[in-house]
Amino acid sequence: MADIKNRPLLEVRDLRIEFPTRRGTLVAVDGVSFDIAEGEVLGVVGESGAGKSLTGASIIGLLEPPGRIASGQVILNGRRIDNLPYEEMRHVRGHDIGMVFQDPLTSLNPLYSVGRQLIETIQTHSDLSDQAARKRAIELLGEVGIPSPKVRIDQYPHQFSGGMRQRVVIALALCVNPRLIIADEPTTALDVSIQAQIITLLKRLCSEHGAAVMLITHDMGVIAETANRVAVMYAGRLAEIGPVDEVIKRAKHPYTDGLMGSIPKLSGATERLVQIEGSMPRLTEIPNGCAFNPRCPKVFARCMDERPDLTHVGRSEVACWLYDQQMERTGSDG
Amino acid sequence: MADAARATQVTGLDNAAPHLRVRDLAKYFDVSPPFITRALQGSGRSTLRAVDGIDFQIETGKTFSLVGESGCGKSTVARLVVGLYTPTKGQVEFDGVDIAGLTTRRAMEPVRRRMQMIFQDPYASLNPRWRVADIVAEPIRTHGLIDDNRAVLRRVGELLEQVRLSPQDGEKFPHEFSGGQRQRISIARALASNPEFLVCDEPTSALDVSVQAQILNLMKDLQRELGLTYLFISHDLAVVYHISDYVGVMYLGRLVEWAPAEEVFHNPQHPYTRMLLDAIPDLEMSGRPRQAVAGEVPSPIHPPSGCHFHPRCPLANDRCRAEVPKALPRTGGQVACHAVEENRLPARVQP
Repeated sequence: MADIKNRPLLEVRDLRIEFPTRRGTLVAVDGVSFDIAEGEVLGVVGESGAGKSLTGASIIGLLEPPGRIASGQVILNGRRIDNLPYEEMRHVRGHDIGMVFQDPLTSLNPLYSVGRQLIETIQTHSDLSDQAARKRAIELLGEVGIPSPKVRIDQYPHQFSGGMRQRVVIALALCVNPRLIIADEPTTALDVSIQAQIITLLKRLCSEHGAAVMLITHDMGVIAETANRVAVMYAGRLAEIGPVDEVIKRAKHPYTDGLMGSIPKLSGATERLVQIEGSMPRLTEIPNGCAFNPRCPKVFARCMDERPDLTHVGRSEVACWLYDQQMERTGSDG
Repeated sequence: MADAARATQVTGLDNAAPHLRVRDLAKYFDVSPPFITRALQGSGRSTLRAVDGIDFQIETGKTFSLVGESGCGKSTVARLVVGLYTPTKGQVEFDGVDIAGLTTRRAMEPVRRRMQMIFQDPYASLNPRWRVADIVAEPIRTHGLIDDNRAVLRRVGELLEQVRLSPQDGEKFPHEFSGGQRQRISIARALASNPEFLVCDEPTSALDVSVQAQILNLMKDLQRELGLTYLFISHDLAVVYHISDYVGVMYLGRLVEWAPAEEVFHNPQHPYTRMLLDAIPDLEMSGRPRQAVAGEVPSPIHPPSGCHFHPRCPLANDRCRAEVPKALPRTGGQVACHAVEENRLPARVQP
């Protein structure tokens, strides 16, 4: 295994998540592939129902039944983890992958003190004594910026504010120094000033611990600020993936382009926002060909029946026939 | 009264009569523990000053937005203005009539017709057991605007078209629509009684950005077509900048600064406004370092003394800790800050 050094930390290959229902099988995530390198922050954006949270949950093995990984692979550090037995997956979870959930109120147990939850997590994944685990928990609370951690450790979640709770949740995810952190909308429930604090904290911790982050959010601003690369999801598929400045400043996929235009901006007054007509299709009604074709302003015949794959365009990869055509044209010109 | 007169003079709004004027509006909630607990613990009553004496005015056909973090009292202001809460003190003048004093349902009814509200969550604000046509027709029937049932349905069809839905959608139930479409239904219902004034409490916060853009565009179009006046409540500064003519910034129940949108966003005076603007993620990736703000919003039950913002303010001095700042005129509006008054405000680096 000499090539492990060159391999990305996480590889997701052709992931497909299905929900069997009485009326047939719904495909919530369809053929999604991406890598995350060590120490990298990959942003995953998309609107509600795009499948971004499901992708995150399937990596850490927390897909809720009846949802299941129908095909594809999740490879962490050269080892396939999507088919591990429960106990082994439990070890991977927390030990190799940490998770930060959206709502800091529901991801902490209100009946246990913050310290007890931290110590429990630490002791599950290491054989530290009670004393040492408590010391480590206090260190962690200090590290995530909670003032007077020695007092706060014995308090209950309701005694913390929203921002402070989210810090505790991050401390929980960091307990055992995971190599990958999946942060699912970590700042969505927070006010903008607190959001800035949490983002700064996440960035600092990742560079200090050298952990890779998969940052799932619908907020392009957060991505622009935090991520190295960004993946744009639409109706369970990847529309575009590339370096963050490339995707934000030179969006290639018509969906990404529309999405960027529809965000109100603070510079330059625009009378009207760019509007993508319609809304994302329901899982039962995903059209043939490119899933975006009913809303796409640049749609043409080929989009209606053939599904585009990701192809390299500049520094990004885009799943859109527009670019395939251009390539053919430039190819024939040259 | 002298203060108010000065304010109008300074802001130059006296040529247009304000559609809505709010004077020294306040709402206190009693959040005391039950009597027994108080008696046993010897503790007194406690009040939450959700809105603590705010003044602003909105001209006809304009959009005034209130922004602030959660718990600053912006939604309470919205509810006070439409009369869902009775104010503890102060006046809400709608076309020169104080509507805060109207207590009977009868007296309130004509105002209710002219003033409607759009709520944040389109999943909770529509009755799931009613057909869309009935939901939209309810204000028409309540106010007895049209008697003939056929004419009511015709009007409902018009309203649905006005919000870019099809008249046939009236036959459906709310669950058959997406979040954005539901919000359109809420808007159609709000427009049903031909109001002049709409209070919009976070109308797009529950929506995805592409749908949010549709709703914001629709709201702007309707304002132009129908000459509507909006009071817009939001925590999203970019949305507020996009839609507003005037912006008011609230912090812990007080209005710390208000001015035309351009002024607030490009020449912010109050340190809190500056802090909020610095905290917005930088989408243009200009390399502006984002300033993480220290501290959190304190509890409104025990707010800090003097200026509520002083524990988080980099410019706070002893006066800020002791004395509540008065609203002073600033370009196009007002600002309540001792540092501004004493000229201690540093120049702001433009992002």
